[in-house]
Amino acid sequence: MATTDVPAARRREVIDQAVIRFCGDSGDGMQITGSQFTNTTALFGNDLATFPDYPAEIRAPAGTLPGVSGFQINFAATDVFTAGDAVDALIAMNPAALKSNLADLKPGGILIVNTDAFKETDLKKAQLAQNPLEDHSLDGYRLFPVELSKLTRAALKDLGLDAKSMDRCKNFFALGMCYWLYNRTLDATYRWLDDKFGGKPTLAEANKLAMKAGYAYCDATEAFQVSYQIPPARLTPGTYRNLSGNSALALGFVAASERAGIPLFLGSYPITPASDVLHELSQYKEFGVVTFQAEDEIAAISSVIGAAYAGSLAVTTTSGPGMALKTEALGLAVAVELPLVVCDIQRGGPSTGLPTKTEQADLMQALFGRNSEAPIPVLAAATPGDCFWVALEACRIAIKYMVPVIVLSDGYLANGAEPWKIPSLDELPEIPVHFRTDPQGFRAYSRHPTTLARPWAVPGTPGLEHRLGGLEKQDGSGAISYDPLNHERMVRLRAAKVAAVAQDIPEAVPAGDPEGDLLLVGWGSTYGPITAALRAQREKGYRIGHLHLRYLNPLPRNLGEVLRRYRRIVVPEMNLGQLVWLLRAKYLVDAEGLNKVQGKPFKQSEIEAKIEEVLS
Amino acid sequence: MSATLPLYTKKDFQTDQEVRWCPGCGDYAILAAVQSVFPELGIPKEKFVVVSGIGCSSRFPYYMNTFGFHSIHGRAPAIASGIKLARPDLEVWVATGDGDALAIGGNHTIHMLRRNVGLKVLLFNNRIYGLTKGQYSPTSEQGKKAKSTPYGSLDRPFNPLSLALGAEATFVARSVDVFQPHLKSVLKRAAAHPGSAFVEVLQNCNIFNDGAWDKLTERDLRDENTISLEHGQPLIFGKKKDQGIRLNGLELEVVALGSGVTEKDLLIHDARRSNPALAFLLSRMDGTPGFPTPIGVLREVEARPYEALVHEQIAAVAAKKGKGDLKALLGAGDVWEVR
Repeated sequence: MATTDVPAARRREVIDQAVIRFCGDSGDGMQITGSQFTNTTALFGNDLATFPDYPAEIRAPAGTLPGVSGFQINFAATDVFTAGDAVDALIAMNPAALKSNLADLKPGGILIVNTDAFKETDLKKAQLAQNPLEDHSLDGYRLFPVELSKLTRAALKDLGLDAKSMDRCKNFFALGMCYWLYNRTLDATYRWLDDKFGGKPTLAEANKLAMKAGYAYCDATEAFQVSYQIPPARLTPGTYRNLSGNSALALGFVAASERAGIPLFLGSYPITPASDVLHELSQYKEFGVVTFQAEDEIAAISSVIGAAYAGSLAVTTTSGPGMALKTEALGLAVAVELPLVVCDIQRGGPSTGLPTKTEQADLMQALFGRNSEAPIPVLAAATPGDCFWVALEACRIAIKYMVPVIVLSDGYLANGAEPWKIPSLDELPEIPVHFRTDPQGFRAYSRHPTTLARPWAVPGTPGLEHRLGGLEKQDGSGAISYDPLNHERMVRLRAAKVAAVAQDIPEAVPAGDPEGDLLLVGWGSTYGPITAALRAQREKGYRIGHLHLRYLNPLPRNLGEVLRRYRRIVVPEMNLGQLVWLLRAKYLVDAEGLNKVQGKPFKQSEIEAKIEEVLS
Repeated sequence: MSATLPLYTKKDFQTDQEVRWCPGCGDYAILAAVQSVFPELGIPKEKFVVVSGIGCSSRFPYYMNTFGFHSIHGRAPAIASGIKLARPDLEVWVATGDGDALAIGGNHTIHMLRRNVGLKVLLFNNRIYGLTKGQYSPTSEQGKKAKSTPYGSLDRPFNPLSLALGAEATFVARSVDVFQPHLKSVLKRAAAHPGSAFVEVLQNCNIFNDGAWDKLTERDLRDENTISLEHGQPLIFGKKKDQGIRLNGLELEVVALGSGVTEKDLLIHDARRSNPALAFLLSRMDGTPGFPTPIGVLREVEARPYEALVHEQIAAVAAKKGKGDLKALLGAGDVWEVR
């Protein structure tokens, strides 16, 4: 920590990293506030990770505990892998938000509280017997009580807005305060407000005034003796943007469609937390994207099977319950050997579970959740930005091998964001498409010698008329066959085709130590906390490796050998132990699980604790 | 267009597959009708796609020498919608049954019709589950004694035409497996319709529900028990053409011609009426004592097919925004440089 030259009494500390969390009622605009701070911070050049955490209810009763919505951002001058375990600054808009978030604030942390929302009734709604602002329970923190509502109204008094409209700007007052506190400029949010409220200039003006007032308040009142400067991170040179996992999937599929030279077809049914992919792709009609909001999850994947048959790049997006409904159709896709991609943006389950919370308990469902032998390649994205690359890779595999491919993301990746280095077009993979056109010697189930893919014979091609279906097919001709030996041959061929993908994917290369005391094996969104924990623990001298599996079926061909290079294996997962079960079954290794199913990502400290337990 | 087309015959649409329906099944007649209509449509053979679900009727694609897709139970309308949206130039037909389209696939059926996707749907209605060997179906009459209802079914049946009209299908028709010329003419009109064309074909299952439609098909009964709808013509039926249908308030009534009642008093069939209420009334004659069962085209109204709207919207956005530029898309929004 260094202190730079600033006017006496007010210091500007240069620090490496900070975690802040905005929390309030679902109606308080915490997600917008958080994303604006994120955007500004990304533009400033910090590395960052975010964790939006909001209730499933659109508007739970105002001021109550179930209605609390939060947005956390970890930003730094160095690499950031998680949204942060503990919070340096907490902005609490009401007592309920304070109550349910205070535990995560570091001792001595900054606590900005909207005192206007601490009336008797507000306390009651939060089930608080006493006012925490008065009972010294907050003495361990740097408390800044601010009359956010009153000050916002004062700032907007000349605009002629009603009280309710003025109050809705108070989150921007808080945002302005945070911009002052972390020495950020207001420009990017000004631009966003102009864009957002283009047709309602008064509202844009009101929010700008509130934000400016929050900034000026900190400047003028000297309540804050210190502000913080977090210099830009040294990221790989390039052009960056801030990107969430769901946006990354949408962009990845548009890119795949362009690379493959075939139109993108998305058939989808709205489901949290996957709907944003549908929303985003429905905007990209100028790319020829067809988005079809189907009548249900089954129709969504069925339409996608039809579109794949007709030669489109066919994609469907869903979450666990929808995935369950798509099961039978996925079996059909396996049987008819058509290329399509299914994205499962996992959430807490079973059943409706925790729609807005994260989990990674659909791995077994993705791998095995179909009747009979119906193997499907399964890929998982590790970070929000990685969703882009996984989308492209899924399309490449689907088309090359003529198979359905499952992409696993989760609620944390879907809504979380990170700086994303914008790739140049020539960094994108080739996705060659070969439609069969020659009727000479055409057989619907002839196979490519190495990939075992059957030809993609699209309706409308003269001379290729053929029948597909879910009934077992004769090897080669594709005619219906009930022959027992042919059935076994076909079952084995479909499995061999998916297994063949292993020749086409990179070998497993652990990060950290290539051999040693402990290997952490992860998949999906646990990448961030495992990476952060590994760094911290290796500095203590432990010999630890981290293998993060992007390909869950087939697994990398050298995986067994890699696993045997370490004395111990720990598999952190946000489920009760699915990958660890698979590794034990397949490689006969004594891997153990580290499991968490709380609808929240792992904390770095939780993984570090496990490492210490195993190695001490 | 037909000048450059090969001259197709029925044989061009037959496959070498051994047809595996039971001898005497009504499906043979429907297959024969479709195979004789397709060559006359002036469409290249490779453009035809026949999609089906599961059930006896859904074996249909195997016997058509076109692109064919025998899919899963109830999902044919959704799969076919995907095909048609991806490739509006294809001529996509759906073969389905009363269980496939109205039980497990009911949702897809109504939503396809609501959207007006340009699919031709042949619903083979034999009022029974055949492939699973004889359970009652959503069109079986109440009280049906079948494998799963030894004491008689308690379910009230769907009327497929009423259901389709309720979903505001733009083309709704009915024919009968054994009425070959009628069936062919209905199929041709369905083929010419640009949106969803829903055709219920009354079909006999001689194994599990033999004679279900005898009252409509037996030579001595058919004229009394069916009424053939012709656009612009009065509703007349009976062997001697001596009975008619008259509109009385919100109800239809059967009247005898003569003794003061003339053709002018009868309801004139108007399939092109945009309000489906009258067509719905006609569909309700089924099973109403004393009323004939309507066959022919109940409704045929013009509406832009869904796939056309989808691609027009894409074209309109592309015209306004310019063709998509991937580089610009990836680099959209607020960006910053790291050096």
